[in-house]
Amino acid sequence: MELTFFIAAAVAVLATIMVVTQYNLIHALLYLVVSFLAISVVFFTLGAPFMAALEIIIYAGAIVVLIIFVIMMLNLTQEDIQHEKEWLKPRIWIGPAVLSMILLVELVYIFTADTPDTYRSTPVEAKAVGMSLFGPYVLGVQLSGMLLMAGIVGAYHLGRQKKKVIHRFLERTEA
Amino acid sequence: MEESTSHYLLIIGGVLFALLNVAAGLIWVERRMLALWQDRYGPNRAGPFGLFIVLADTLKLLFKEDWIPPLADKVVFVIAPAIVLVTVLLGFVVVPFAPGIVVADLNIGILFFLAMSSMGAYSIILGGWASNNKYSLLGAMRGAAQMISYEVFMGLALMGVVLLTGTFNLTTIVEAQRDLWFFIPQILGFVIFFIAGVAETHRLPFDIPESESELVAGFHSEYSGMKFGMFFIGEYLGITLISCMVVTLYFGGWLGPGFLPPLFWFAIKVFAFISLFILLRASLPRPRYDQLMEYGWKILLPLSLINLLVTAAIVLMQNES
Repeated sequence: MELTFFIAAAVAVLATIMVVTQYNLIHALLYLVVSFLAISVVFFTLGAPFMAALEIIIYAGAIVVLIIFVIMMLNLTQEDIQHEKEWLKPRIWIGPAVLSMILLVELVYIFTADTPDTYRSTPVEAKAVGMSLFGPYVLGVQLSGMLLMAGIVGAYHLGRQKKKVIHRFLERTEA
Repeated sequence: MEESTSHYLLIIGGVLFALLNVAAGLIWVERRMLALWQDRYGPNRAGPFGLFIVLADTLKLLFKEDWIPPLADKVVFVIAPAIVLVTVLLGFVVVPFAPGIVVADLNIGILFFLAMSSMGAYSIILGGWASNNKYSLLGAMRGAAQMISYEVFMGLALMGVVLLTGTFNLTTIVEAQRDLWFFIPQILGFVIFFIAGVAETHRLPFDIPESESELVAGFHSEYSGMKFGMFFIGEYLGITLISCMVVTLYFGGWLGPGFLPPLFWFAIKVFAFISLFILLRASLPRPRYDQLMEYGWKILLPLSLINLLVTAAIVLMQNES
């Protein structure tokens, strides 16, 4: 189990680095999917199979598909990749690199200071997740529900169109 | 330990062997059935009952030129057909074929199946995008929208069964149907799940991503040879997977009268649903794209929510009394 955890973690880190450094957006998103899959394996090895499944269903299965969907419509060309290259000059790497170095040092410190047992925990069943979501954290669930509702209403408002007849087969009676 | 490992290897090998043969056999079954329902003969020349059409088709696919369009994104173009096969085959991991014959009896079986079927959407999207062809891109976009939408209703419809049994484990769900198969209390859930399943496998009448009459095969226009073959086999395996899930969740899985072994009962029920898939193809016209989306979001979503609500209320009432 420990070995699978470390392999999956390494894959996740590598894939995420590739997401940032790839110039082709679709390739970057594919690496993002790989990274989500790896993180899901990490969840699984840490004893949270429910979270692992949700990670794939929601992030890899729905959200990234939607992002790819949008990017497909943008019709990116070689020119855009050139732009991307110009934006990603080595100079702008300094800030993020320093910040993530601090995090890395902290991570190494945590791993070395504690006993290795910290990453091994008891399995969390779906029921336990549900109990805590609708028990102590019910306010958070309600708030995120409201946020989603606001998002849907906003999207509906933005996407609403006046009646427009493009073709007699496409004619609509309302909206 | 040694014994259990070889036992698992045997199950995995057996399941894989059976599935690939079923997928290949379905080429013949589908054509003969379609012909039967349309008053034709279908393939009947090569071998007994035309069975060797399977062999001929496979050979044809293997020897065809494997062409990659020069402007395509080569890596993604090659990966896309593999994704569909891998995800569908992984979906079979949690299906309990008979008592003890299951590759991995996961506690999150249903979620694993949903995750794998949602990952399958990538093959359509990436295949259509990487082909660098307008028809393919249109097919891919339709496919993405269709699969994301129908996943929602599929998951919601399944939750009725989860409520009744209180588990995601498929073996436990089958065992819970000893007295009553779930398609009776969950008839609405079953219908929604089946419709969503047809849309997930993008079979007729919901084969809008590939609709050959308007998009010239849509997302796999540019595929040839064995790469096309993988989409083809992936589709048949997808039908089999959805049929397996319908049988497991709503029709009592391997349960049945004792005169036949459990595996036979499972196979018979699955075959009945595969035939239903083929009959749908033979009899129903394809809806327009916006009709499909409206049908999903305006009819199936409210219905599946109502189904969930009513089921939850009944389960709550039974727990109270």
